[in-house]
Order: sequence, then structure tokens, then C-alpha cells
Amino acid sequence: MRRFRAGWLVSSLLVPLASVVAGFLVGALAIVAAGADPLQAYGALFAGAFTNRNAFAETLVSTVPYVLLGLGLALGFRAGLFNIGAEGQFYIGALTGVFVGYSIHGLPLFIEIPAALLAGMAGGFAWAAIAGFLKAWTGAHEVITSIMLNYVAFLVANYLIDGANGKPGVMVAPNVSTPRTPDVDLGAMLPIIVPGSRLHLGLLLALIAVPLVWFLIERTTVGFRLRAVGFNQGTARAAGISVAQTIVLTMGISGALAGAAGIVQVLGLSHHMTDTVAAGYGFDAIAIALLARSNPWGVLPAALLFGALHNGAGFMQLETQVSSDLISIVQASLIIFVAAPAIVRWLLRLREQPVETVQITQREVETPVG
Amino acid sequence: MTAFLQQLDPVSLVSIMLITATPLVLAALGGMMCERSGVVNIALEGIMLTGAFIGYFVAFLTQNLWLGLLAAIVSGMLIATLHAVLSVSFLVDQIVSGTVINILAVGVTGVFYRTYLETATTAGPGTLPHWNLPLLSSIPVLGPILFQNQLVTYAMLVLIFVVHFVLFNTVWGLRTRACGENPRAAETAGINVYFVRYVNVIASGALAGLGGAYFSLQQIGTFLPNMTGGRGFIALAAMIFGKWTPGGAFLASLLFTGSDQLGSRLQSVFQVHVPLQFLGMLPYVLTIVVVAGAMGRAIAPAAVGRPYKKT
Repeated sequence: MRRFRAGWLVSSLLVPLASVVAGFLVGALAIVAAGADPLQAYGALFAGAFTNRNAFAETLVSTVPYVLLGLGLALGFRAGLFNIGAEGQFYIGALTGVFVGYSIHGLPLFIEIPAALLAGMAGGFAWAAIAGFLKAWTGAHEVITSIMLNYVAFLVANYLIDGANGKPGVMVAPNVSTPRTPDVDLGAMLPIIVPGSRLHLGLLLALIAVPLVWFLIERTTVGFRLRAVGFNQGTARAAGISVAQTIVLTMGISGALAGAAGIVQVLGLSHHMTDTVAAGYGFDAIAIALLARSNPWGVLPAALLFGALHNGAGFMQLETQVSSDLISIVQASLIIFVAAPAIVRWLLRLREQPVETVQITQREVETPVG
Repeated sequence: MTAFLQQLDPVSLVSIMLITATPLVLAALGGMMCERSGVVNIALEGIMLTGAFIGYFVAFLTQNLWLGLLAAIVSGMLIATLHAVLSVSFLVDQIVSGTVINILAVGVTGVFYRTYLETATTAGPGTLPHWNLPLLSSIPVLGPILFQNQLVTYAMLVLIFVVHFVLFNTVWGLRTRACGENPRAAETAGINVYFVRYVNVIASGALAGLGGAYFSLQQIGTFLPNMTGGRGFIALAAMIFGKWTPGGAFLASLLFTGSDQLGSRLQSVFQVHVPLQFLGMLPYVLTIVVVAGAMGRAIAPAAVGRPYKKT
């Protein structure tokens, strides 16, 4: 039992923490190579993310979508599914949600907000379920199909908002200089919860989502099936679980969470949608879920870290001229250390252990990636 | 009919298709080497971006395009080595490892671009020269399409045959495919699976790095952040749609760039108004269709994506 606890500590806390430290060290090397002072740059990064009330509120604003996206990826990982298409689901969710948000008028907020949220989640669910369906019934690998669906999603958004052949898009607002959708109805906007900041009710929604997703995975039949499929598809099938159904449902829920992230950004911050794409949310979500070791509770600190990096980076660039892209180096490095615990063990000189595979997705009984 | 042909201008159409297909084909060839040996490569985008940046950076510093071209290839090999170390030696999930490289490439190119290039006042060394091959370039139709190009495009045309030959007509190719189909059996037959995978992953870096050089050294003569703009993923699509064969990937790339070009021309000639976004979706939708097996199933190498642990 003692050994079990020690192992748990190493894998769940020590490895992620050491990875974060190592990620910052690699980032420091890059800062030096870019001719700046790492302490100064990281100082500015920290200041930009935490020092005053408003900076911290902005960090939390950035954290909100990361929590939801990270939860979606983590949920997929538990079923052995690699949902690399969170970015596309994010945009489809924002699209379907914003459509409902600007189409309804004059209803109370406790009706309008849930309506738009549900529409966004349904959009994300449907988009991800395509990849789930293809995997379940044809064996097409979800990584390939969801990458491709990302780009289809961007083009759908572009078509609906920008239009084509000189005709305006069907979702474009009248009389705007740059194409965008109309603003959502006043009653669908998420209220600000810290006066004087942009921090909106989405934070509470994200915080509620964490225990809900944990409960779903650990305490419900759906969660049990999902984990069984992730553990071993053959055994799950033998136990009478419909693997196909579970795959579609899990991909769908994962996409619904990504869609929720998309519509929460719209309802809480921009209130409309432009065709601006490729914010890199899909890759960030993967990093967060890996750092959290696919544990819903772990998603919270991981998302906060990414929110802080995201928010502090702008200030760092302003103060020290180090490009905000630096945080990508930090993030990439920390994923390396999280995903290859053998490297961290070697660095920490822990007891010699054979190199182990980090089982992220089920690879033994399924079709190859391709 | 002749007026119509003049307006459509098929020679320039095919020529532009071929030129814009250059990076797609090169990256797809790289992805193919990698995946045929059993290692998934979703990092093509990041490798191309790295090649585009380092290629231009070195060309800028030395004012020498050839050194830049070499640097693009070498940098592609270096970042691909990271993919090999992580996914082959440390058994990291290959998708995760590819994701790492895609994120890292954005970071590295972004940081160094801002520090060293964004505010640079001196000009770069321009773009690679056009070479009209003697005699060949004056053949009607074929000449302007095939023999009046820049170096990266010529290299792409040659490499299609080279990669095909290596994969299907050499011992190395047989070993590569053995490692991609059944690494355990390959090892039993005395093949060093790790070595084969390392070499192929690094070769894919060289090819995709050269593909990156297309953007900065051949097309516009400078570097812009994120200038590859997702073309690495279209290359992945071309590789799959071409069923992991060089010829197939080449035709798929032409189909993808052709649908773009043809779309805008049909509009002006025929007044057919197909929304350009729908034509843009073609590569992605077709890829989904073939991996789902609805149109001549694309079958991946059997062991691709699985880390292989030596016994």
C-alpha cells in the first residue's frame, strides 16, 4: 500500500510539477538565445498574470475555455480516444450557440443563457460525433478525421460569416465593416461577476463542469463503459458493452465540452463571432489534459497555468520584447516531460525503471492511425 | 471553344497547380517515409514551418540562398530527430510527439523571428532563380509546365521517383515497410527496427524541411509567422488520399491545388458560382471519405502509430 501511494505521488504530482519546472527551464534557454534576461522576462510574465486584481481576473478569463477544453480531451483519453479536433468543435459550438443567442429576444436570462449554451454544446457534440461515428462503424482513426473536420469547420464558419462570390454570409450582421455575426441578445450575455473586470459567469460554469465530468467518468454507468472501452475494447465487448455506442457518445461529450468552451467565450466576452480562426485551442487542450493526467480535477490547475501563461505573455512581450510565442516553447517542453516520464525520472535520478509506454489511447486492438 | 480555352488558359493553370503543389508533395513524401516505417507524422506542419524559418534566417544572415536551402533541410532533420527520440526511444505516443513539434515550431520560429528578423532593415537574398532547362523548356505545353521552374519544384519532381524507388525497389524500402507492417517479425528477421525508424523519421524531416523552404526561399523570399498556414495537414491528407504511395500523393496534391485554381477560373469563365469555401473543403472531405472506406479504402501500414518496445 505504501508503495502504491508513493507511485501515485510520483506519477500524479511530482512528474507534472517537475515537467512544468523543466518546461520553464527550456523556455529560459530560448529567452537567453533571443538575447533577453530570463528572470526579467518571467518576472514580467508573472506580473502580467497575477500581480493585481485585474491581471488575475484576466488570467481567470483565459482559464475558462481551457478548463472546458481540457475536460473534453481528458474525457476522451479515458476512453482511449484522441480528440485532436477540439478546435473545430469549439468553432462549430460557437457558431450554433451564437445563432441561437442572436435569434432569441426578450426572454429572461435564465432561459436565454441555457438555450444558447445548449445549442453550442449540441453543435460541438454533433461535430465530434461525426468522427466518433466514423471510428465506430468504419474504423477510420479519430485523429485523422478530427484534424480534417477542424479545417472543414473553419471553412463552414468562413462561409456562413464572410459569404462567397460577393454575396454576404447568411449569419453576417447588417452594416458592419468587418464581417461578423450580430451580437447575442442582452439576456444571453453572461453577467460579469467581478465588477470592473471582464471576468464573467463562465468561470462558475467551468468550475461546475469539473465535478460533473469527474462524476460522469467515475460514478455513472456511462463513465464505467467509457473507462472499460479505454481499458480494453475486447474485454468491454465481451462484458456486453456496446463499444461503438460508447465511442460515439464519448466523442460527442468531448465535443460538447469543446463547444461549450466556444459558446462561453462568445456569451461572456465577444458577444459575437468573427471568422478569425486558429487560436491553437486544440493543441493547448491536448497539453492541458496530458498535464492533468486525464484527471478532471487535475485539469483545473493545468488550465490555470495555461491561462496565466496566455495572459502574462502579452505583458512580457510589451515589457521585455520577448515574443509571446515563447509560451509555446514552454508548453511544448512541458508536454515532452509529462509524456515521457522516463526522461523526468532520469533527470531526477529516481530508481532505475524500464522505459514504459504511456498509454494514452488504446492502440492494441484497433485500426492503426492513418 | 478556343476563346474559352484561352480564357481558362490550361497551361498556366496546370503550371500553377504544379508549383503550389510543391510543398504538399514534399511533405507528403516525408510523411510517407515516416509512416511506412510505422511512425505517424502529424508534425509535418511544424517541420515545414521550421524549415521555412531556419532556411530564410540562414539565407538572410549569409545572403546565400543555397546555404539557406541546406539549412532548411538540416533544420527539418533536427526537429524530426526530436520526433524520433520521443516516439521511438522513449515510446511517447506518436500523436503527442507530433503535437509537441507543431507547438514547438510555432514558439521557436515566433520568438526568433521577433528578435532577429521582424525589425531587420537589410533585405533578404531574394528568391530562388527560375531555371529554363535547355531544349526541354521549349517543348510546347510540357516545357512551360515542367521545365521552367525553380529548384524546389524540380527537386520535388525528382524526389517522387526517388522515394518510390527507395520504398518499393530497394532492400531499405522492404525493411522500412516490414517495420511498418510487423515490427516484431522484422526484428526476428534481424532488422534493427529502431534504426530503420530513426532514419526514416529523419528523412521525413529532410523532405518536409525542403518543403518549408518553398514558402520562404522560392515563393516570396522572406519569412512570415505561421506562413505554412496548415499546408502540413493538407499534405497529410494528400498522403492518405494517395494511399501512402508517391505517385498517389502527387496526384492527390494536384487535385487539391487544382480545385482551388479551377474554382476561381470557372467563376470568371463559366459564371459558375461554387462558393470557394466548398472547394477548399475538398481535400479534407475526400480524406475523410477514403479513411472511412467509402471510396476505395485507404489502408495504413498495419503497425503505424504503435510504439515498438524491443524484446
